[in-house]
Amino acid sequence: MAALDASEIGGVAEAPSRRRGMGPVFWLAVGWIAFIILIAILANLLPLADPSKMTLLARRAGPSAAHLLGTDSLGRDVLSRLVFGARSSLAVGLLAPLLGTLAGGALGLLAGYFGGRIELIIIGLTDVLLAFPPLVLALAVVAYLGPSIVNLILVLGILTVPAVTRVARAATLAVRERDFVTAARALGASHRRILLREILPIVMLPLSAFFLVLVAVIIVAEGILSFLGLGVPPPAPTWGSMIAEGRDNLDVAPHIAFFPSIAMFLTVLAFNLVGDTLRAVTDPKRGTS
Amino acid sequence: MSGAALLEVEDLTVELPTERGPLRAVAGVSLSLAAGRTLGIVGESGSGKTMLSRAVLRLLPHAARVTGRVRFEGRDLYAISREALRRLRGRELAVVFQDPMTSLNPVLTIGSQIAEALREHLGLAQAAAFARAVELLAEVGIPEPERRARQFPHQMSGGMRQRVAIAIALSCEPKLLIADEPTTALDVTVQAQILDLLAREQSKRHMALILITHDLGVVAGRTDEVAVMYAGGIVERAPTRALFKSMRCPYTQALMAAIPKLHAPPHTPLAAIGGSPPDPTRPPSGCPFNPRCRYAQERCRCEPAALTPPDASGHQYACWFPVGDPAAAEG
Amino acid sequence: MLGFIGRRLIYLVPVVLAVTALTFLIASLLPGDLAVAMLGDQATPENVAALHKKLGLDLPLWRQYLHWLGGVLTGDLGASHRTGETVLHAIANRLPVTIELMVIAELGGLLIGVPLGILCAVRAGSSLDKAVSGLAFGILSVPPFLLAILLIFLFALRMGILPATSYVPLSQDVLGNLRSMALPGATLALLEWPALMRVLRSDMITTLQENFIAMARAKGLPQRRVLLVHALKPSSLTLVTIIGLNIGRLIGGTVIIETIFALPGLGRLIVESIYTRDFIILQGAVLFVAVAFVLINFVVDVLYAVLDPRIRHGRA
Repeated sequence: MAALDASEIGGVAEAPSRRRGMGPVFWLAVGWIAFIILIAILANLLPLADPSKMTLLARRAGPSAAHLLGTDSLGRDVLSRLVFGARSSLAVGLLAPLLGTLAGGALGLLAGYFGGRIELIIIGLTDVLLAFPPLVLALAVVAYLGPSIVNLILVLGILTVPAVTRVARAATLAVRERDFVTAARALGASHRRILLREILPIVMLPLSAFFLVLVAVIIVAEGILSFLGLGVPPPAPTWGSMIAEGRDNLDVAPHIAFFPSIAMFLTVLAFNLVGDTLRAVTDPKRGTS
Repeated sequence: MSGAALLEVEDLTVELPTERGPLRAVAGVSLSLAAGRTLGIVGESGSGKTMLSRAVLRLLPHAARVTGRVRFEGRDLYAISREALRRLRGRELAVVFQDPMTSLNPVLTIGSQIAEALREHLGLAQAAAFARAVELLAEVGIPEPERRARQFPHQMSGGMRQRVAIAIALSCEPKLLIADEPTTALDVTVQAQILDLLAREQSKRHMALILITHDLGVVAGRTDEVAVMYAGGIVERAPTRALFKSMRCPYTQALMAAIPKLHAPPHTPLAAIGGSPPDPTRPPSGCPFNPRCRYAQERCRCEPAALTPPDASGHQYACWFPVGDPAAAEG
Repeated sequence: MLGFIGRRLIYLVPVVLAVTALTFLIASLLPGDLAVAMLGDQATPENVAALHKKLGLDLPLWRQYLHWLGGVLTGDLGASHRTGETVLHAIANRLPVTIELMVIAELGGLLIGVPLGILCAVRAGSSLDKAVSGLAFGILSVPPFLLAILLIFLFALRMGILPATSYVPLSQDVLGNLRSMALPGATLALLEWPALMRVLRSDMITTLQENFIAMARAKGLPQRRVLLVHALKPSSLTLVTIIGLNIGRLIGGTVIIETIFALPGLGRLIVESIYTRDFIILQGAVLFVAVAFVLINFVVDVLYAVLDPRIRHGRA
């Protein structure tokens, strides 16, 4: 969970520069994300080889006209496996944080808004979850539940809840005392209305930025699990399992490991960049104007 | 000025780049100070007096542009190497900052903060430095110095912390001490004690002292000479008694009038100076005080006045129509 | 100060209990029969019944929990039904390796991160600062197994100067041990330093603007002392915090690194017990790691108070 701990601290205290980084690098990252999501969705329509087709005569072949990124140890086309692998990584990488953001966001809003015992219970529960080293927890749960894409999304999603709760709560606390909230309350608005109409729209901004950072973290986490063979089960190709397989062939066919590695690195970097930049822009504590 | 000057500042100007253009914090200041003498520098916030003190010590931020000269014992502080300057600081040139809450490091003991200067400049060993630190604490009037030396700044009151800051400044027997608003952040009752302490130490050590303050009352009995600053420049300078006897600049006069008088009848309104100090990025044309000056005339708005050469009593001022001049009309 | 520690200790107990409960709860997530899952293809009805009896699987869940907890408190975490090795023994054997790896990783991370953090803080905004900060950001996006493979490729395969998977115990041969720990340690250290450096840099930039730093310079103290004593000490607090916060991540890191480099540590124990479906070992090892994590965080909290005399004396 690399970016989770580090960028939480590093991001807030960072950057005396106010309007930062929506430069060319930012847009390149956005472009990459759009590209990778697009090809993952359209994978079936693209002119790719069958990712599970094994050509035993052309195993471990380097890049060629027939196979643009070469073949793996079973003669399967690396490029198509890469594209289909994006599906697994992105499915888990986007849905798990989404789950976590929805759940954690709700919990954080409630905790920050109501305070008192509700806050104590919510924070207490999330603290227990935080008391576990996250990867170990994920491993343990997946070990017992069995690896499947749904289980992965659930487990990794739940693991992000404490962090999201903290962000949502902090943002709620910052907004709670603002004038328009007090005005709404004076007008007799119900709690539900205030939460949904006044507070949520503001809190959504830092939450969305955090969501993107979480995507990066979860893609790595899924990658680790797949690498260990505990991720999305075969026959679906995943970047992690491709890299694991490539590791065994590092001496003769390093491309098997390196292409999925580059794809994973670029995707994680892109999400980190966009998330971090947006976070600098939408942090309510900073007050832009 | 008799005797060789210890400190000579020649036409010092400090400019800081800001988003709204260059900010002139200090504008062509010249002064000189002989050994053992006390100079008071008086001005409002934003008059440039703190910048001036930092400039003399060469403690300005990187981006600052400095022109002019600062000579200490004949050596140009901006021409010597950083290493040579570092050896001078703390040893020959010392400073006491305004806010003792922030000028002491919160995570180091009092004793160590005094001792480190001793070890660096006088080469004392750890134990000897600590012992001397305890002595210094006693000298500045801190009870139970041995116990206090092991404490941290947050365990002491503001007045005590400022005494510590003075102890640090005096530790290596400097020739010049710059005290930048040493009592502003303290209670009134403590202020007199601190000022007395400074005066005592100064005469004991035959040290030159620059006392920077916004309060004319502070410099009244404690300085040999006073310089009044406004908008980065010196507008009036005179030996203290001469200044208080006959102020020439309307600004100085207004400062004097703003001091509440004990003998005034109750409910006398305070004579505040109307308006506010000029924006240093957009100085007004002509004399910088003219928008707020009750005697301002056409000439004041067009031409800034230069400091007159010193008269018989050493009095200098920068005003076209000084107080007492028949040409000055109440405008 | 002791009151402070005492208060934190009281908070510790329910957390540890909750952790044990959670660990047990995870174990009960298994769909289907635990005994069947453990025995795999040896799951004959007799074996399953025997294992049921041995593990007390017929009892209601809360009684199983208490039984297990009781065992834990007396040091009995069960044994591998496959090899017969007790969990405690397995952990004790593997622990030194993991600790060595974590220490090397953290020290290495500090050795790279602290000087770079100070350097970038002093030269904030310069091209050096931008380059190093950019590099740090980039590394934070590198998955651990990726860096491991890259280093193996470069140093073990191409250059052949360091071994990839031949662990030598410390007791046997110190130099050999250090050689075998070099790549895994370096991988983790390289993954650690960016977080440390960023936090230190950010904190130091703030500290360097404080009045007491100007005062220290006005005293004529050499730059080295100003940086290392006056600036670093207040900033070291956040460093301790981030080290503490990252321990959880570091533990996860050791899992993957030990597996890749075939080091016989706790992390690999966990992974292997998953592969062999040895759920007793898994449960015990996970419990151990989780409790250790809670304790380490507790120590970090106390350390934080020790370093900041303001907290120690009751003022924040």
